[in-house]
Amino acid sequence: MSDPAIEIRGLTKDYPVGFWRKRMRRSLDNLTLQVEEGEIFGFLGPNGAGKTTTLKLLIGLIFPTAGTARIRGRSIDDVQMHSEIGYLPEQPYFYDYLTARELLDYYGRFTHYSKAERRERVARLLDRVGLADAADLQLRKYSKGMLQRAGIAQAILHDPQVVFLDEPMSGLDPVGRREVRDIILDLKKNGRTVFFSTHILSDAEMLCDRVAVLAGGRLQGVGAPEEIMSLEVHAMDILFEPRAGRVLPAVLADRVTHIGGRCHIAVPEAELYAALDELKNCDAKILSVSPVRPTLEDYFLRLVGNERPVSHAVEVTTR
Amino acid sequence: MSSAPLPVAINTFREAVRDRVLYNLIFFALLMIGAAILVGQISIGIERLVIVNLGLSAISLFGLVMAIFIGVGLVSKEMEKRTLYSLLAKPIHRWEFLVGKYAGLVLTLAVNTSFMTLGLAAALFYVGRPFVKSDALILVAVYFILLELALVTALALFFSCFSSPMLSTLFTLGIYITGVFAGEIREFGEFTKSPAVKVVMRVLYYLVPNFHNFNAIAAAAHGETIPLSLIAQNTLYAALYVALLLVAASAVFSNRNLK
Repeated sequence: MSDPAIEIRGLTKDYPVGFWRKRMRRSLDNLTLQVEEGEIFGFLGPNGAGKTTTLKLLIGLIFPTAGTARIRGRSIDDVQMHSEIGYLPEQPYFYDYLTARELLDYYGRFTHYSKAERRERVARLLDRVGLADAADLQLRKYSKGMLQRAGIAQAILHDPQVVFLDEPMSGLDPVGRREVRDIILDLKKNGRTVFFSTHILSDAEMLCDRVAVLAGGRLQGVGAPEEIMSLEVHAMDILFEPRAGRVLPAVLADRVTHIGGRCHIAVPEAELYAALDELKNCDAKILSVSPVRPTLEDYFLRLVGNERPVSHAVEVTTR
Repeated sequence: MSSAPLPVAINTFREAVRDRVLYNLIFFALLMIGAAILVGQISIGIERLVIVNLGLSAISLFGLVMAIFIGVGLVSKEMEKRTLYSLLAKPIHRWEFLVGKYAGLVLTLAVNTSFMTLGLAAALFYVGRPFVKSDALILVAVYFILLELALVTALALFFSCFSSPMLSTLFTLGIYITGVFAGEIREFGEFTKSPAVKVVMRVLYYLVPNFHNFNAIAAAAHGETIPLSLIAQNTLYAALYVALLLVAASAVFSNRNLK
């Protein structure tokens, strides 16, 4: 049986804090997780949940206080393992005196590609992430979204087996987001494993085979998105245009939100048809009816017992 | 030997060139032109002495400023800007990154120093003095300056692995100045009557790199002989010291959490 793509056992990270650095703050608490080959795995959590800490531990940018992790059977301490992984840091920043082509060529020098292969692959990837036209522009002239695309290109430059993406949709416009989603799905199609962190529920729902939810440095649950997050409909949202001169019944009028010439109203699912009948009686023009799903924030609030998860992990020890 | 430091070194050199670090050559050229014109008008017979002294001192000073101020930022800048994150996710050891950064800056300094030496030669040519055999001493003095700069760069890199750029600058500059007065420190230790001061001075003398031995500017200006043994000794001394500092820097940096 082959090794899992990612195997994390009791990974813990404490940071010293305070002037004398004697107090410790736990950023990640005893994380145990396994990701199989070929999975798209979402790592969810609010800001400060420990997502970036986990990724940095796996990449070897920081060192664990306790616990171990293996990627495709190789310890995270083994630098040669890095030839099998790709990594996009959160809000990536690159050598701004280089062009995107030079940047990718530079990173390509640490791979097994020959000069000719490197040149061909760099050109192909720049095209793939939509930077072909800006390939010879210095990165200091790039927008945030363009840097994010360059970051994704460098992460998959050497065709790694496991790709770690820290908030890959951050800073991208809708077109860019769709392109990144396509790249992630392409990677899966080619048998690659993608481990990406996000705090945007819809990304995870759309892409992930499984997700893990992290809050306050602790793992809250792992499973398929539909299992892990109760996607029951909280309410139904009705968007409508009221007819001029017609007054809405008081039972609806109290709950209406006006946006320009349009109105929104959220009603419990059981009251949907009654509300629609009332609106019809007032000659209102119904524009849309859509379910109101719980947001990731709702989910977290529920998980932690209606207490908002701490944005920064808690202090755990005093030496 | 791993080839990973090579691309890092080339990239570091490219950064220096694109960030217009070599623009300092323009100031050096202006200085040499001005000095040559001035010396040509006011001094008779000591043109060589003045030009060589001024030129070599400027080469040393310009190089030192570059070695310290770029050296302390070699690692910290990459951490601060987080350019290091994507790089260290590639199959490259942290020590390879450090060696590459170090080699890149030393290459920059060598190119810079070479151009300044050409400028100095041009100034000597301008004042109308034919080149003589003893001018080779200028090259030896330049070589010593390069060794000195290589050592200062290693010091700056070492400190930047665990302290802020400002502290690293202070530490490097402090050690450099102490090292320049290494001879005086030893003499002070010998003459003092306090045993405690004697011990402190001796420890300081042996711990701090002896930069005094790298100064051959006066010898080159006056055409005095520089023994081959000093060239060999300085080369070995600088190589060992640099190697030790790079090993120490790697040990510190390899265990550092990159926040």
